[in-house]
Amino acid sequence: MAIEYLGLDSINGPLVVLEGIQDAAYDDIVEFVVEREEHKLGRIIEMYENKAVIQVFESTANMSLDNTHTKLTGHAMELPLAPEILGRTFDGIGRPIDGLGEINYVVKRDVNGLPMNPVSREYPRNFIQTGVSAIDALTTLIRGQKLPIFSGDGLPHDQLAAQIVRQASLKTEEEEEFGIVFAAMGVKHDVADYFKRTFEESGVLDHVTMFLNLADDPVVERLITPKVALTAAEYLAFDLGMHILVVMTDMTSYCEALREVSASKQEIPSRKGYPGYLYSDLASLYERAGILADKPGSVTQIPILTMPNDDITHPIPDLTGYITEGQIVLDRSLEGKSIYPPINVLPSLSRLMKDGIGKGFTREDHQDVANQLFASYSRVTDARSLASVIGEDELSDIDKKYIEFGNKFEREFIGQEKDESRSIEETLEKAWELLRILPRHELDRIDTELLNQYYKVGR
Amino acid sequence: MKELGKVYGINGPVVYVKGRTLFQMAEKVFVGRQKLIGEVISLNSKMTTIQVYEETSGMKPGEPVYSTGYPMSVILGPGILNNIFDGIERPLKDIEKISGDFIKKGVEVTPLNTEKKWQVHLLVAVGQEVLGGTIIAEVPETKTIMHKAMVPPNVEGTVIEIANDGEYTIEETIVKIQQLDLSIIDVKLAQEWPIRIPRPVSKRYESTIPLVTGQRVVDTLFPIAKGGTAAIPGGFGTGKTMMQHQIAKYSDADIIIYIGCGERGNEMTEVLEDFSKLEDPKSGNSLMERTALIANTSNMPVAAREASIYTGVTLAEYYRDMGYDVAIMADSTSRWAEALRELSGRLEEMPAEEGFPAYLASRIASFYERAGLMQNLNETEGSVSIIGAVSPQGGDFSEPVTQQTKRFVRCFWGLDKALAYERHYPAIHWLKSYSEYVGDLAAWYRDNVSPDFVSNRSQLMEILHQESALMEVVKLIGNDVLPDDQKLTIEIARVIRLGFLQQNAFHADDTAVPLDKQAKMMAIILYLREKCRSLIAIGMPMSLLLNEDIFPKIISIKYDVPNDKLELLDNYYEQIDLFYNKIMEKNA
Ligand SMILES: Nc1ncnc2c1ncn2[C@@H]1O[C@H](COP(=O)(O)OP(=O)(O)OP(=O)(O)O)[C@@H](O)[C@H]1O
Ligand SMILES: [Mg+2]
Repeated sequence: MAIEYLGLDSINGPLVVLEGIQDAAYDDIVEFVVEREEHKLGRIIEMYENKAVIQVFESTANMSLDNTHTKLTGHAMELPLAPEILGRTFDGIGRPIDGLGEINYVVKRDVNGLPMNPVSREYPRNFIQTGVSAIDALTTLIRGQKLPIFSGDGLPHDQLAAQIVRQASLKTEEEEEFGIVFAAMGVKHDVADYFKRTFEESGVLDHVTMFLNLADDPVVERLITPKVALTAAEYLAFDLGMHILVVMTDMTSYCEALREVSASKQEIPSRKGYPGYLYSDLASLYERAGILADKPGSVTQIPILTMPNDDITHPIPDLTGYITEGQIVLDRSLEGKSIYPPINVLPSLSRLMKDGIGKGFTREDHQDVANQLFASYSRVTDARSLASVIGEDELSDIDKKYIEFGNKFEREFIGQEKDESRSIEETLEKAWELLRILPRHELDRIDTELLNQYYKVGR
Repeated sequence: MKELGKVYGINGPVVYVKGRTLFQMAEKVFVGRQKLIGEVISLNSKMTTIQVYEETSGMKPGEPVYSTGYPMSVILGPGILNNIFDGIERPLKDIEKISGDFIKKGVEVTPLNTEKKWQVHLLVAVGQEVLGGTIIAEVPETKTIMHKAMVPPNVEGTVIEIANDGEYTIEETIVKIQQLDLSIIDVKLAQEWPIRIPRPVSKRYESTIPLVTGQRVVDTLFPIAKGGTAAIPGGFGTGKTMMQHQIAKYSDADIIIYIGCGERGNEMTEVLEDFSKLEDPKSGNSLMERTALIANTSNMPVAAREASIYTGVTLAEYYRDMGYDVAIMADSTSRWAEALRELSGRLEEMPAEEGFPAYLASRIASFYERAGLMQNLNETEGSVSIIGAVSPQGGDFSEPVTQQTKRFVRCFWGLDKALAYERHYPAIHWLKSYSEYVGDLAAWYRDNVSPDFVSNRSQLMEILHQESALMEVVKLIGNDVLPDDQKLTIEIARVIRLGFLQQNAFHADDTAVPLDKQAKMMAIILYLREKCRSLIAIGMPMSLLLNEDIFPKIISIKYDVPNDKLELLDNYYEQIDLFYNKIMEKNA
């Protein structure tokens, strides 16, 4: 194993080629020593007889064909793990950067993970109350779900994610342990600091493991960051039985790094220069969420991505939406109306809510109320566009009611304070208050009996 | 198993063997020390290219590659139903036993249980002439399905020996056949068949019987025939998977093959959990007893994704050969197409549109071509219907996979984002969808459901088309200025949309609806229209009609009339008459 090779045969962007090596395996990690002092890591991404194509996780800027020694590690990328990773901070490839020393590891795990066997999974059903009405009522978060936030530059996705983390009462009656894994990819220092401060203020810092690849850290390194973070999450969840919430931001930087590497490999791109395997690659991350039938613990993911140009059809949000179990979509025009959180509920969705809400979970009227809010709010859009043509005064009475409903819905239901946590009952009560603006016969998504019970109350 | 070469290069799922080799095209091979399953996908004098169905990480140049001499095949026999396999027919429950909650590579498992003894009842006698496909024995495979062991398609001759009725494993010989060339073939409960070659049939029929799904927008507006093909395209979250689950649960097919191709792990878990609990409306047993699942989730190896579609359709053809109506749900064919693209990219083939290989169209065509209502070799009739989800990039139907699929399917159930946003489910848009089977099935609907079913359907479509034209105007000037007969069209269209097309998959009664109820609901809506029309014709304003609660009442028929109390539907005619008379009396 200890053979060292001096020199390289070519360097092209983040890729280097080394010929004449023996016994190297596809996907193995190699160590480089540049100028006898600087250490870097790389991964073999193509292997031909005795020639390896290696992707370097850090900048190749100071490497030359002669100044680099290469050593095979003989294994894929591994992360040392132990309970003590809670409360610790690592760089984007899992090296401690908090000055508290190396991890005394119990196990080392291949960061690529393995696919969960569908027969070993348990279908997620437990409601997580985030205290945010738009989420709890309309895009309910379920323990073990992967529910991304689709945002745009400058929108308050960080505040929202932090609020969810703070307020999510992850604990059930049985006092189960919870933890947070935070992965930053290409975000600015102040974003990482903001999250750190939030964790500190809510007193959970010793339950948090952070992996930071910041904007000025090597681009290629961030291809590993979500993998190490999810490896840590799986360890905490399935070895230690904890309920883990994983926040990953910003997936867009991750995808851009992937595109960069793909381009330097001269692969045939599919859409917007992104490689054809972007879907499979993202899936290999997002699918690492869930619950196992025979083990305690769970991994819940809240990935954050910024939609380039606010375009939801851009390959990054598009492919993410095809993999995740819903999405929470932030909207610039709501932000423009100073509504926080600016969640556009219509394109937002939680696919797992159907089995995790209703009688015995949240409340019997939850599903119908949610359907009705969606249906009525989408009528608001029609009424508003008509108003913009013929003027609001000319609208029919019913359209005027819809406009009133829409405005209040945005301000009072979607809108709330950054530290306001509403119980699901409060949220549903608010919903009924608003629905009562509309005449009863307009509420065509709600069961007659539920209407009898809830429509009149409080009037 | 013979070593015929050594690994030269590794690039993801693609492995190269250098030089001229003795491998055959499309041959199944074992690659490397871990004996990962692979398939030869190209051969030339300089290089053999192999796609590997498992992760290749850790593999080194110089590792052996073994030949099997056979093409990629599946084992067909009892034990397929009530089971879940990966893309190359490896049972996931057996993999779990060996490798735990996470799937390790190189796990050796047999596709079907070789130890289990099945109860076999022989149906042939010594001396009998048999052909390929002849049914030689019956095996109760599950509570619901009687499995029929058949002579393999390429074998024919005289039965020279049979086993006694009794219990046998899939590997024991139950019949010996002497062929014309005097060779003797041992026929067992299980046989092997290459996945990329359609199983032969004697004849293909035009199908005139619908696959009844219990979903109104499908059965009434855009029906699919037994043996037909349908595509469900739609952006993420518009309801492709839900629709396929609904059809898998409630359609009147005998057997369901559900292929999760590059989709979510939890969705497969959901099917497993739900189908095991849900009762099959036809047999009263659990739905899993008539279902086989194939799962290559999005994080499983991509080459096996490409194979999963063929594995699924081959299993389906096998049950068709027994005389069953089989329906395949393929979710999602786009992931299969993308797997083709990914492999094609690694092979550095010339791409056509959006990086997809030029042979995309022919692959899609030959997949859907394997559907059909057939006369089998053994003269039974069976069908394979294929319902494929399509996941267009950016939700844009003009992309290559949607466009190519459209050329080869006869039903197009286009899902609409705006409908999904307002939670109008199923979000199949009536103006973007079509079924070419309407004409073929008309006679069946007339004879089996109601004489005016098809003409009522046309009226429904007509109203919906008129509404869409009117809404263009309303968007600009509002509803108020329209004449009353046009207002009526809009209101009736609303009843159709909310009361008929919208169907709640989570409502005990509404989740699947018998054709009788569909036909009657449609007739009642049209009766309401007729009565309203005559009121408007004599000058009653629409606003007056809307004051009565008849419209919401008709809209909630779907919830108020249970599927087993259809006699209640007759009351609605009276109620409409009452409404009519009341308006006439009050305002005459
Ligand atoms: N018929 C229906 N009744 C009620 N809800 C539905 C129906 N169809 C879809 N939905 C809702 O829409 C959500 C998304 O549907 P589904 O998972 O089928 O989408 P999809 O088109 O398969 O998306 P993807 O391409 O991302 O897999 C479901 O979780 C459910 O909440
Ligand atoms: Mg789906």
